[in-house]
Amino acid sequence: MAITGRIWRVSGPVVIADGMRGSQVYEVVDVGEERLTGEIIALEREKAVIQVYEDTVGLRVGEPVVGTGEILMVELGPGMVGNIYDGVQRSLITMMEDIGDFLTRGARTHALDRETKWHFTPTVKAGDTVQEGDIIGTVPETGLIEHKIMIPIGIQGTVRNISEGDFTVEETIATLDHEGKEIPVTMVQRWPARKPRIYKKRFFPEDLLVTGTRIIDYLFPLALGGKAAIPGGFGTGKTVNLQQMARWSQTHLNIYVGCGERGNEMADVLHSFKKLRDPATDRLLQEKEIFIANTSNMPVVAREISIYTGITMAEYFRDMGYDVLLVADSTSRWAEAMREIGARLEETPGEEGFPTYLGSRLASFYERSGRVTCVGSPERMGSATVIGSVSPPGADFSEPVTQSTLRIIDALYSLDVALANRRHFPTISWLQSYSQYADSVDKWWTKISTDYTEVRNKTLIILQNEADLEEIVRLVGPEALPEEDKLLLLVARMIREDFLMQSAYHPVDTYSPPERSHKMLSAIIRFYDVAKEMAESGMLVSEISQSKLIPRISRMKDIPHDQIDDYVKKLRADMDKGLVAEQGGA
Amino acid sequence: MESIQLFTRQTKAISIAHRSLLIIESIPGIRYNEIVEVQLGTGETRTGQVIEVGKETTVVQVFGGVSEVDLQDSRVQYKGETLKLPVSPDILGRIFDGSGTPIDGGPPIVAEDYLDINGVPANPASRMPPAEFIETGISAIDGLNVLVRGQKLPIFSGSGLPHNKIAAQILRQAALRGKAEDFAIVFAAIGVSYDDASYFISNLEETGALSRAIGFINTASSPVIERLSTPRLALTAAEYLAWEQDMHVLVILTDITNYCDALRELAAMRGEIPSRRGYPGYMYTDLASMYERAGRITGREGSVTIIPILTMPDDDITHPIADLTGYITEGQIVLSRGLERKRIYPPIDVFLSLSRMMKEGIGEGNTREDHNNVFMQSYAVYAEGNYLREISTVIGSEALSDRDKIYLSAADRFERTFISQGEHERRSVEETLGIAWKIFSMLHKEDLKLIQEDYIKKYLPEPS
Repeated sequence: MAITGRIWRVSGPVVIADGMRGSQVYEVVDVGEERLTGEIIALEREKAVIQVYEDTVGLRVGEPVVGTGEILMVELGPGMVGNIYDGVQRSLITMMEDIGDFLTRGARTHALDRETKWHFTPTVKAGDTVQEGDIIGTVPETGLIEHKIMIPIGIQGTVRNISEGDFTVEETIATLDHEGKEIPVTMVQRWPARKPRIYKKRFFPEDLLVTGTRIIDYLFPLALGGKAAIPGGFGTGKTVNLQQMARWSQTHLNIYVGCGERGNEMADVLHSFKKLRDPATDRLLQEKEIFIANTSNMPVVAREISIYTGITMAEYFRDMGYDVLLVADSTSRWAEAMREIGARLEETPGEEGFPTYLGSRLASFYERSGRVTCVGSPERMGSATVIGSVSPPGADFSEPVTQSTLRIIDALYSLDVALANRRHFPTISWLQSYSQYADSVDKWWTKISTDYTEVRNKTLIILQNEADLEEIVRLVGPEALPEEDKLLLLVARMIREDFLMQSAYHPVDTYSPPERSHKMLSAIIRFYDVAKEMAESGMLVSEISQSKLIPRISRMKDIPHDQIDDYVKKLRADMDKGLVAEQGGA
Repeated sequence: MESIQLFTRQTKAISIAHRSLLIIESIPGIRYNEIVEVQLGTGETRTGQVIEVGKETTVVQVFGGVSEVDLQDSRVQYKGETLKLPVSPDILGRIFDGSGTPIDGGPPIVAEDYLDINGVPANPASRMPPAEFIETGISAIDGLNVLVRGQKLPIFSGSGLPHNKIAAQILRQAALRGKAEDFAIVFAAIGVSYDDASYFISNLEETGALSRAIGFINTASSPVIERLSTPRLALTAAEYLAWEQDMHVLVILTDITNYCDALRELAAMRGEIPSRRGYPGYMYTDLASMYERAGRITGREGSVTIIPILTMPDDDITHPIADLTGYITEGQIVLSRGLERKRIYPPIDVFLSLSRMMKEGIGEGNTREDHNNVFMQSYAVYAEGNYLREISTVIGSEALSDRDKIYLSAADRFERTFISQGEHERRSVEETLGIAWKIFSMLHKEDLKLIQEDYIKKYLPEPS
């Protein structure tokens, strides 16, 4: 019997209901006559404190509050990939068809469509014994994702019958016998959003997550199962960076959580994924993408849960043995949602009004990333990688959300306003960013080249030296520098403009595979070595800077993928011939 | 109201009157955020809004403050409604105050519908990415910071800078290229001086655009609380025209700084915990609930484009008002005091300015094929020139190379001929690009690294 109480107080998104004894914390409730979705966040004797996922305008004292007996669950099964959800996993596509272009209150949709028939092919047979997490069959969900149907956690038994065929998510695909009881198994399972899914064992991330962004893959690599943050002031291109990652990352599945961000940008993401193709498979990107859209004008409380909805989906696909990337834009808006709810509950605030549990909430979210061996057979490994953007007020990184995040993550992509003003994109600062995965992915890089670490270190040193020299240049002018420093400035500039700068809008440059990035950067470093020799034998840097090779190096970016090998080979051959000395006109 | 009330919707049981808040013993059936009328003992009535409703007490915020409220004779009448704007096609050409009452001497609006001024969020899945170029006739915008339909692009200004002139120029000149379509202007004056408000209105009158415009005027002397409803009324009118009447609506909201200060004032009265510089922690969400009403909807003709104007206190772009706005809007046009001192109009700082929607709105079919290249190259040239200008103040211009000197004079020319233009000068995008090409012709051809070969052949004029 569902518990029914009455509204006792309304203040913004927080509602207090009376007569709620017997309900549980985090239980989902229907609030008011319009049945708005809410979640109990605290109980005090007869009263329940409820956060409401929809606008509370117009609610009255005395309206009913009905418990559902269930805590907030994420529905998991075929039909998620390519879908667009709000924070509480209502399908926005279904809502568009059912209620129109605007999000009116009280609307309900199933997260997974109940009509669609999926073709199920079993991988176990009658008589087999199955445990929790075991894969019992597959469904081709999209051209890119084969959905593995797993036995839900907590269930086991002997397969009585299982058969191939077309089923809806609610139809029974198999029945199990366990201790004399018959257990039907369907393709849908549910998992509490706020609770991490279980795994067998966790490993340190060591395989490169290929993002196709050169500065990330080469200088500050991210590993599958890792956790990273992108802080940056407004206008530094956080969202473009994250979109690029969600687009080109060579993972099996990407989840894009737009948390309190712009509607037009979300529309842009949604539309572009319907057109863009995955470079490895040439399939449409939306076949490997799940979207969660909770724009800044949608109810603030749903923002808080959207992050958990996203990470639960990521873990579910991880458990199938996939590499999943979750991109959260922006965790600052998520933190602000917590602050707003905390203030309504009259909690004692911490720094800048944020709740004192800000740090622990952020940590437990990022901690749900990881590379693991999954529960169940067959034996398999999966990973969930998390990248969160941070929007520090006034681009001031000393604020609580940035600082709490920095303590948890292992790779930092710090965006620099000064670079944005210079129109250097991506604006990832090579002086402030770091990655703890650089050493562990070294092994991965040896598949492509043996001198990765050497080239990377040389590059970082050149860039660091450039920054030091810049200070001097500002005082004495570039002409007063010794020749070797002038050469360093020339090469640093080449690294910046011809390697680090990358256009998200250029059809070739937008995605740079690691092999290509390596070729480009080592060509520049090679140029440096040759030029250094020339300079030592008396050639002036002003002469070297006229070399015909320099414009050829700048053009590397635009050379199509199938021609880059020959192009760089020829370039390097000409360098070896000493062509650095040959000066070019127009 | 014709219907019979089952219970009384009126009470005299006010227990506390403090600053702008009334704490009242609850009566049944009060809705969260509903509008109330407070009748004073003097016979005067004021409007208020329920900001918290509980079993025992209800908290009402009174628009216009609680002066002269007494706990004996004042009574509170609940209206059962949230704040709504009456709409019909007749609202075009009309001027209202911050509570939606006509102040132009015309008749009241015969409403077709009453719309909640808070609007309803658009489904992100229904939104269409903005992509249609709006020609403002201003080179610094059309060339480098393109405005597109459905965008929200604020002007970040400072006290004494000509933001009103620029906004008025955009209003006069803005048009879509080659198309004559239904467009309308909605103008919200939030806490501005009477002179500023009438500047806009007379500007619209002079150009004959007033019949296509709607004004919502809350001047500095109007009730502070109505500063919160003024922009929402304007946006509700804009949405009505865009989504119901298929019009392309350009909304000017000025000045957002006054809006945020009103928000802070009222939050402080409620005793809320302040966030940065005393502004409430939910200011991002609150501003987003307005700015996000810009956009396009798939399958609908109209659009809502918003240009909020704000004056940055102490010209500080990291001030919470500018900062939070910048996080929500799709770019910003930043005005520079340095350029203003050089007598350059419009004094648009092109380094700090940005339009995130630009890429979608330019190029062949929208503006011209070479637009993106010209944009990139202009920035590069101007940035290089500026850097050298900075260096030459330290080491002297004699120490610069000849190439550097060319860049220096190109940057000067960029400011004087490209950024600078007349207040009534309307440049087509071709003219704007033409000026940039003239500046490029000062440079060595091989320095035009960011422009495709064939465009150089086609557009580069002979060096003059």
